[in-house]
Amino acid sequence: MDKSRGIEVAVGLFVLLGVLALLGLAFQVSGLADWRPGGGYEVVARFADSSGLKPRAPVTLAGVRIGEVTAVEYDAERFQALARLRIDGRFRELPRDSSASIVSAGLLGEKYIALQAGGAYDYLKAGDEIQLTQSSLVLEQLIGKFLFNAGSGGGNRPPNRGNVGPPPEAGDPFAQ
Amino acid sequence: MLEPLAAIGRRTLTWLARLGRAALLLVALLREASIGWQRPRLVVEQLHAEGVHSLLIIIVAGLFVGMVLGLQGYNTLVHYGATGSLGWVVAQALLRELGPVVAALLFAGRAGSALTAEVGLMKSGEQLAALEMMAVDPIRRLLAPRFLAGLIALPLLTAIFSLCGVLGGWWVGVGLLGVDDGTFWGQMQAQVALGYDLGNSVLKSLVFALLVSWIALFEGYDCTPTPYGVGRATTRSVVHASLAVLGVDFLLTALMFTEV
Repeated sequence: MDKSRGIEVAVGLFVLLGVLALLGLAFQVSGLADWRPGGGYEVVARFADSSGLKPRAPVTLAGVRIGEVTAVEYDAERFQALARLRIDGRFRELPRDSSASIVSAGLLGEKYIALQAGGAYDYLKAGDEIQLTQSSLVLEQLIGKFLFNAGSGGGNRPPNRGNVGPPPEAGDPFAQ
Repeated sequence: MLEPLAAIGRRTLTWLARLGRAALLLVALLREASIGWQRPRLVVEQLHAEGVHSLLIIIVAGLFVGMVLGLQGYNTLVHYGATGSLGWVVAQALLRELGPVVAALLFAGRAGSALTAEVGLMKSGEQLAALEMMAVDPIRRLLAPRFLAGLIALPLLTAIFSLCGVLGGWWVGVGLLGVDDGTFWGQMQAQVALGYDLGNSVLKSLVFALLVSWIALFEGYDCTPTPYGVGRATTRSVVHASLAVLGVDFLLTALMFTEV
C-alpha cells in the first residue's frame, strides 16, 4: 500500500509538471498573456510611422534600458501609430520635453525606442504624451530617396565638409 | 538455381506478415484501450515506469539542447545584428522540431527499449501464454495500459523538454551573452503562435508517442522467445522507432508548416 501510494504521488507530480510545462509554453513562449508584474508608469508617444516596433521592445535613454513598449495601437483620429511605453519606476524624473525616436539595433536588428532627455524642469507623469517624436527609419524609403537624389545629380557632389567645403553652386534650390 | 529467388520471396513474405501482425496489434491495442477507464491503476503504474523515470534525462537533455541552440543561434545572429531574435529562434526550433523529435528519440531509447525487453521476457518466460491459459487477454491486461501510458507520457515529456530548452537558451542568451531580457521574450511571444506552433508540437508528440509505443510493444510481443531473440528485438525496437520518428517527422512537417 505504501509503495503504490508513492507511485501515485510520483505520477501525479509528473502529470502536474507536464501540464505546467504546457501552460508555461502557452503563456511565456507564445505570449498568450503578459503576467509580468506591473510597475512604473505609462506614457504615450505618437509616431507617423512605427513599422517594425513590437510590444516589449526596449525603451532606452542614453543607451540604458529604462522601460519597454507595452502596446502599439492605431490612432484613427490622427492616422498615426500610438505607442504605449512603460517606464520603470526608478526613472521618475524624465524632463517633460524629452523626445522619442524609433531606431533599430543594427541594419536588420529589431526596433526599439530611444529617448533623448530634454531640458524642462518638470517631469513626465503617468499618461503624459511625449510630443517630440521621430518615426522609424524604413530602409526601402531611404534607398528610394538616395536613388532619387543620385539620379537628379545630387549624389555626385563632393562630400560636404561644413564651412571649409566648396561654395554651393548657384541655382541649386537645396543649397545650404 | 532458383534458391536465391525463393529466398527473396520468403523474406518479402516474412516481412509482409510482420507488417500485418503489427497492424493487427495496433487495432487490438486501440480496441482494448477501454481498460484505461476500467482499471486506471494499471495505466498509472506504467506512467510511473515510462514517464517519471524518463524525467531526468528529458530535463537534462532539454537544458543542454536549449543552451546549444542559444549559443549557436547567437553566433549566427550576431553577424546580422539580430541577436534580439534569439528567443524567437530558440523557441520556434524547440517547439516545431527539436522538442517533439529529440524527446521521442530519448523516449524510444529510455522507455521503448524497456517495454520491448519487458514484454519479450514475459513472452520467453511463457507468462503471456500462462495468462491466456487463465482466459486473461495479455493484450488487454499487459499491453494496452503500456500503450496508453506512452500516449499520455510523451506529450507531457515533450512539453517539459521544450520548456527546459527555452530556459537553457534564455540562460545562455540573456545570462551569459547579454541579450536583452525583454527583447528575448518579446520577440518570442510576438512570433510564436499558440495554436500553430504549440498545437502542432503537441500533435507531433502524440503521433510520435503512438509510433514509439506501438513499435516497442510489437517488437516485444512478436520476438523470438529466446535470450538472443529478446536482445535482437530490443535493438530493433530502438532502431525502427527512431527511424520511424524521423521519417514521419518529415511528413508531418511538410503537412503542417509548408505555407510558412
